[in-house]
Amino acid sequence: MWLQDFSTWLAATPASLFIQATDAIIPAVQTIHILCIAVVISAVLLVHLHTLGIAMRSQSGAALAKRFFPWLWWALALLLLSGTILIIAEPDRSLSNWVFQLKMLLVIAAVVLTFLFQQPLRKDPDYWQKSAARRTNAGAIAIVSLCVWVGIVFAGRWIAYAIAY
Amino acid sequence: MSSSQAFFSWIQHSALSSTIRGSTSLFPWLESIHVLAITTVVGTIAVVDLRLVGLASRDRPASELMADILPLTRAAFALAVLTGSLLFASNALDYLHKAPFVAKLILLCVALLNIAVFHRLTVRDIQRWDTARSPPLSVKLAGAISLAVWIGVVACGRWTGFV
Repeated sequence: MWLQDFSTWLAATPASLFIQATDAIIPAVQTIHILCIAVVISAVLLVHLHTLGIAMRSQSGAALAKRFFPWLWWALALLLLSGTILIIAEPDRSLSNWVFQLKMLLVIAAVVLTFLFQQPLRKDPDYWQKSAARRTNAGAIAIVSLCVWVGIVFAGRWIAYAIAY
Repeated sequence: MSSSQAFFSWIQHSALSSTIRGSTSLFPWLESIHVLAITTVVGTIAVVDLRLVGLASRDRPASELMADILPLTRAAFALAVLTGSLLFASNALDYLHKAPFVAKLILLCVALLNIAVFHRLTVRDIQRWDTARSPPLSVKLAGAISLAVWIGVVACGRWTGFV
């Protein structure tokens, strides 16, 4: 299978061999990865707990999205970068691992959902308030987004255990 | 055997501990919830810390921001302590011999001490700096210590898995 061949090739590249031979790189990059997850998960929680009327009531949804979503996008860029380093370090652990593949699908879903929520707010800060149908849609995006991001965090931890299942 | 060793040995040999050790899925589930909880703690407290340092949310009163965010931080911290205790219980004696784990506990104590000092001394005169875009040095210091210590907690937590 081509994915397996690619993994084997990647694991033999100088970059991969260098990371494998240097003990501190993987835990250091994983630490950066988790710190970026902290930024993303908190941004999503603070924005969408407001969308659902649970918390952060002293600000508007548009103000919260404007305040926290740029942090989410920057952290996501760093997550892709640190994640790529971790894949180069241990391609066999990730690329052909079904939990990793599921995590990547969830990441795509999360990006689409976040974009769908944020985009209309750029032109109209009250967009999600203007009709009952829109409020329902915003609530649905909020719930699905939160579930997907939690799923991403859980899948991230389960990559290490997937071999057993 | 000292009494503390006896205590941790008792934890390690408890039914709860052996249940977590004996299950193939309980430990990763607890870890997953632990990661979710700790990332929520660190991310949300960082929003407050950056306000205290004077780097972000500068146009919002600090008191309002703290009232908005800290309940979420506290709930996530409770969940992190609960899941962390269960993970620890699964192999108590082992964890106590891991340097990054001990460092993590010390950093947690520093974090809690910093919070206690901040709330006893610095928050008392919050009216004076609540809306200041750049708060006084003591407030900035509390925020900076918090940021650094929580980043250290995450690093030590991750390193615990590698020793």
